[in-house]
Amino acid sequence: MTSLLKPRLKPTRVLPGFGLTLGFTLFYLALIVLIPLSAVFLKTFTMTWEAFWSAVTSARVMASYRLTFGASLIGALLNVVFGGIVAWVLVRYRFPGKRFIDALVDLPFALPTAVAGITLTALYSSNGWIGEYLEKAGIKVAFTPLGVVVALTFIGLPFVVRTVQPVLEDAERELEEAAASLGATPWQTFWRVILPNLLPALLTGFALAFARATGEYGSVIFIAGNMPMVSEITPLFIITKLEQYDYAGATAIAVVMLIASFLLLLTINLLQAWTRKRAGKA
Amino acid sequence: MSAVIDLPVKPVPRAKSAPANTLEPRWIKYVLVTIALLFLTLFLFIPLVAVFTEALKKGWDVYVEAIVDPDAISAIKLTLIAAVISVPLNLLFGVAASWAIAKFSFRGKSILLTLIDLPFSVSPVISGLIYVLMFGAQGWFGPWLQDHNIKILFAVPGIVLATVFITFPFVARELIPLMQAQGSEEEEAALVLGASGWQMFRRVTLPNIKWGLLYGVILCNARAMGEFGAVSVVSGHIRGETNTMPLQVEILYNEYNFTAAFAIASLLALLALVTLAIKSFIEWRLHQSGETSADEAALMPVPHELPHPARST
Repeated sequence: MTSLLKPRLKPTRVLPGFGLTLGFTLFYLALIVLIPLSAVFLKTFTMTWEAFWSAVTSARVMASYRLTFGASLIGALLNVVFGGIVAWVLVRYRFPGKRFIDALVDLPFALPTAVAGITLTALYSSNGWIGEYLEKAGIKVAFTPLGVVVALTFIGLPFVVRTVQPVLEDAERELEEAAASLGATPWQTFWRVILPNLLPALLTGFALAFARATGEYGSVIFIAGNMPMVSEITPLFIITKLEQYDYAGATAIAVVMLIASFLLLLTINLLQAWTRKRAGKA
Repeated sequence: MSAVIDLPVKPVPRAKSAPANTLEPRWIKYVLVTIALLFLTLFLFIPLVAVFTEALKKGWDVYVEAIVDPDAISAIKLTLIAAVISVPLNLLFGVAASWAIAKFSFRGKSILLTLIDLPFSVSPVISGLIYVLMFGAQGWFGPWLQDHNIKILFAVPGIVLATVFITFPFVARELIPLMQAQGSEEEEAALVLGASGWQMFRRVTLPNIKWGLLYGVILCNARAMGEFGAVSVVSGHIRGETNTMPLQVEILYNEYNFTAAFAIASLLALLALVTLAIKSFIEWRLHQSGETSADEAALMPVPHELPHPARST
């Protein structure tokens, strides 16, 4: 911790290369990220407000927002429940294959989304390994909104696990023992001691999974079926607009999505600050 | 981390497995482990096995044939080109940015950090769109490029640019917290002892950050090779010319050539597995060697335990 503070307190710069590295950083950042991203906003300024508004609120795009944000929400919630359990099991219990499973949790990060997309589609289509049985039970997953939820759950899987895991590892189990010795039932200990401690991490994981899911494209388009008004996600709709050479329309929707993701980024930063504060206190 | 300091205070030898037995009944443990394993089986193991099963469904010969297909080979080449250009660029940027941010204090540092993170929070589709707006026929530089007969969009440069954007923060994000935790005493000592700036960087800084660097590079590379959405927007999908491996997978799949699609997909899945293996190895190495210094402190909470949206492919 002290080493973190020291360089800041130093009045003079002893180390070389500040101008060079910062200059290059800013130049590269502007060239690759800032100038191209500003193009999105500048493009929408060429539209009239009415044109912009009708582009981002048409019935078809509204349906795509509902699907994108709704499915992302369900996927992130599923990940809070199951990811929380996975993190708990990985930290607290010992069982064969644990290390292997721990490493594999990151698979959705490492596996290209197109691969995830075609694989999930093959599994959940009516003649797939899983879809076959669901079909018999009358549930259709592939090429329905449910398929979107499956893909977004897969994509968000590591986020909750990886945010909750370190908090659980650092959690003071003495508190749980104290609660138990003071007569709390395991259920009470869970609700009153464990869950409040994990809450910031769970929320952060939820927000990360949700943010990731709203922008997701590759894994969804194969399994969704992409029917307008039913199973068309917003990122796909942007591409559809582009393919119709409606650049302004595509950009307008992109601006809405960008603002949504900036707001999510802000929320995530606040949640992470909260998590760190909690962890610091504990 | 704090265990070293807490040790004398702790009364009981090791509270590792005892409370689990005192707190919750055994059946809860079994139920939770079962739920976790079922969930992971459904969402991780079955899909992973399915990629390879589908790829090898029609036998080894068909599999090999799908991979040595000229279009597949050119897709593999293009994917490698995109990675070979974008990874070193972002590596250079990551080292420069982390040096400036971690070793010096200046105004607006937190804003700079947020800006570096931006590409992670942008949808891949939008990451492609921004280059269409810049270099497309109706874009800012579109007419100029057309006059000079330079093709960026629907050509290799566009694919490389989109890949650079998507993988922009990876190395920087791994290195900044690591270098911040390490401080700059060692570098200062090297300078006092008469080392030149370059010698100091090579002999002191680089050995200190090598694992974090490798970590960032393999994640960056995995993402560069696997990116789909952004590249899809700028590629134009010209067979044998502007198709990367993920795009080739899409085309084959949409042509109902499932076995060939899964054959290419299996190569990408292998890349993912190798990435995870190297990642686990680095984490293990750091765990082994990290008890002494800031290494562990830096690598535990910040970089890989707190993932960021869209850190993956």
